[in-house]
Amino acid sequence: MSEAKQYKYIGTRSIRPDGFDKVTGRANYGADMSLPGMIWGKILRSPHAHAKIKSIDTTKAEALAGVLAIASYNDFPSVADEVVATGEGSSNLLDLANNILAKDKVLYHGHAILAIGARTAAIAEQALGLVEIEYEVLKPVLDVNDAMAADAPVLHDNMFTQGLAETPTKASNIAARQEFKMGDVEAGFAEADLIVERDFYTPTVHQGYIEPHACTARYDADGQSMLWCSTQGHFDVRASTAKLLSLNLNRLKVIASEIGGGFGGKTTVYLEPVALILSKKSGRPVKMIMDRDEVFKASGPGSATRNWVKIGAKKDGTITAMQALLHYEAGAFKGSPVMMGCMTAFTPYAVPNMYVEGYDVVVNKPKVAAYRAPGAPQAEYAAEMVVNEIADKLGIDPIDLRLQNAAKEGTQTIYGPKLKAVGLVECLEAAKNSPQYQEALKENQGRGVAAGFWFNVGGQSSVTLNMNPDGTGTIVEGSPDIGGSRASMQLMAAEELGMPAENLKPIIGDTENVAFSAGTGGSRTTFATGMAVIEAAQDVVRQLKERSAAVWNLTADQIEYAEGETFSGDNRMTVAEICAGAERTGGQITGRGNINARGAGPSFAVHLCDVEVDKDTGKVDVLRYTAVQDAGKAIHPSYVEGQLQGGAVQGIGWALNEEYVYSADGHMENAGFLDYRIPLASDLPMIDAIIVEVPNPFHPFGVRGVGESGIIPPLAATAYAVSQAIGLPITDLPCSPPNVLKVIQDNA
Amino acid sequence: MAKIHVNTSINGEVVEFLCEPHETLLDVLRNDLQLTGTKEGCASGDCGACSVTVNDALVCSCLVLGVEAEGAEIGTIEGVSNKDQLHVIQQKFLEHAALQCGICTPGLVVSTKKLLEENPNPTEEQARYYLAGNLCRCTGYDKIIRAVMDAAETMRGAA
Repeated sequence: MSEAKQYKYIGTRSIRPDGFDKVTGRANYGADMSLPGMIWGKILRSPHAHAKIKSIDTTKAEALAGVLAIASYNDFPSVADEVVATGEGSSNLLDLANNILAKDKVLYHGHAILAIGARTAAIAEQALGLVEIEYEVLKPVLDVNDAMAADAPVLHDNMFTQGLAETPTKASNIAARQEFKMGDVEAGFAEADLIVERDFYTPTVHQGYIEPHACTARYDADGQSMLWCSTQGHFDVRASTAKLLSLNLNRLKVIASEIGGGFGGKTTVYLEPVALILSKKSGRPVKMIMDRDEVFKASGPGSATRNWVKIGAKKDGTITAMQALLHYEAGAFKGSPVMMGCMTAFTPYAVPNMYVEGYDVVVNKPKVAAYRAPGAPQAEYAAEMVVNEIADKLGIDPIDLRLQNAAKEGTQTIYGPKLKAVGLVECLEAAKNSPQYQEALKENQGRGVAAGFWFNVGGQSSVTLNMNPDGTGTIVEGSPDIGGSRASMQLMAAEELGMPAENLKPIIGDTENVAFSAGTGGSRTTFATGMAVIEAAQDVVRQLKERSAAVWNLTADQIEYAEGETFSGDNRMTVAEICAGAERTGGQITGRGNINARGAGPSFAVHLCDVEVDKDTGKVDVLRYTAVQDAGKAIHPSYVEGQLQGGAVQGIGWALNEEYVYSADGHMENAGFLDYRIPLASDLPMIDAIIVEVPNPFHPFGVRGVGESGIIPPLAATAYAVSQAIGLPITDLPCSPPNVLKVIQDNA
Repeated sequence: MAKIHVNTSINGEVVEFLCEPHETLLDVLRNDLQLTGTKEGCASGDCGACSVTVNDALVCSCLVLGVEAEGAEIGTIEGVSNKDQLHVIQQKFLEHAALQCGICTPGLVVSTKKLLEENPNPTEEQARYYLAGNLCRCTGYDKIIRAVMDAAETMRGAA
């Protein structure tokens, strides 16, 4: 580790500026906005997984007293076959529209068909029951294997596999194929003394944010339309909604409410365009809130996958070749994150020979959305399981095997660039030295180790820092704060300005009072928006010097600034004095930061999981857990630890219990928190978080995004611990009691 | 549908409201009384975001009808702090960074308050089981449990 710089504010555990509102219930989330005259919108959803819509009759629904508007696909102005940016990825506009309100075919259980706006939510619900729809029910496909079969029912008769040498003329459910390769895997496997290959399965999982999707819309023909919604990116909501409704961007204001969790799942639109259509047609503001079962059935989820991994190594532990074949479910419309899976699967390793092939496959399930390090956990799960098996078979400590083959600065990645400074080795060493790794295991207990890699992203962020006449400031940023990022912005601005953090108030501006900012995704906010904050603060300092120079009849380059004061010789002025006198030196001071941040440093993570398995029931208890991750520089250590712990537990849930359960005819059967079981407080031990700091050379304070990598290692760390405890290989997630019991009984 | 007139007490204040027979207490609090601090996460009693007390019993307000508030004493998150003076539990949640998105926080604060009234000196395991009905997807519960244990200790010291 390079020697650490000394900071006054950065690295402290300040109280978050939005904290008081959140512990008192004053904070306003997506469902908390009401407007005078407001009505309620509800969505009619498909009872079938796959069907043609033959006819829709809304006569009776329209006749119900209190019904004020009905919206369907036909209410979208002409929708073009083009691609729009939606948060962490991009979507085809036709697919987006068709997912929001089905055109002529429903493609999953819960697929939205039409919406009704009524005086009360109860009337809207009642009216939904009066709509008469005639379907031609089709056979669904619910798994990549079924979807790729030669005689499979085809979801989209205009979808032809992309990425093949020759585009086929027959439509299929395979949207795309891609491959990444370097070196020569066959030669690599020929050098190996040991080769392990296995097939793995990971189920459909949901982001599981506790706050359902919600919005309030008010259409205004005069160009004052507004949307209040819970989103990770209100500028992306504006872009998609305006595009779908043929509005110029300046005719729609989107206000990001406080957001009750997203994890990638709130980077796209479901309700927002519909609410605006209902508002336009009814002439009233419209509120829409998804029920929990709608959230499960029709938002998110993360891809189910079937992945094959083959790894070869020499007796001394040198890995010689790594190969994978990945199949990711996209849900009903193309666009799974399989490419990210291909790019991340083996990136923790410096191995010259790699080959990864990936398929994006549509099935009759909800269209997948980004989920924390989208695509990476599934592929890296398979890779890390096999790496652990190699270590065991060679009799090498799994951390030592990883240290021996670890990616480091200069390592060639399969997706193109060589890695810059990264902290995988430091994370592995910290894990090896952790208290947990020294603990002995008892009978029926097992330990798993896994590494995780995620790129992180930068991108565009905008900040204005408005200085007040008393010398305090307001930081207006455009990145929704999902986990405490306002505290980080405040600390970075305080550090740059040498001013107490409480004198700087960070707020999230709406789409009209701050310039475009990309959404909160890709672990980008503290990194990229932080850079915009730093730039805005530097712009303020520049102006403070200019104003002081004007007062002292000097030039700005003769002025110095430190700790909230300008000075030159015996002259000295505080920020408060300069701001109070700004009236006489040219008006008030605003600092600007508009950046397109490059150089997001990857964040590596290494986790340890100790479990105990009850061999009679298959129940798994997590005994101890350690999450190590490279933060570059932790601006607010508590919230960095929170990301490590939260990612770990979300991954533990993925490993142990979470899965979508479907009936043979494609009905989702566990659309609620009782049956889709996310981890409870009583399921878990404390999660030891160890922050490693290998500074990112491309950020002024060395920051790396920390939001995502932490969900990658828990899948293999937990599942491998289970396999160690029972002495049998685990390949399929989740390791729920019935699944674990089946593995035990099948091998009895 | 005729609305029903309900007399109740919320956070110590006398409140009257009209509600439909099918309306839940959660909907009444949020939509009719604008007490939006109580959150809806599932409307099926599985997530605890809507935790309130009714006559000193900790309940999910999504599983209680509005009309059941007749003659009862309701406690919500809005009544936990004393004006701008945070309750120890709220202060400890902030100090321990026991919230990220914050949507589960009102429910957790209400549940923790009840836990510590019933058991001022819980073990970590007792706290984890008492709060098992309050889902949090962001934190992994570590910092929540630390905040709860610290609040318990502070409150015992002050008692």
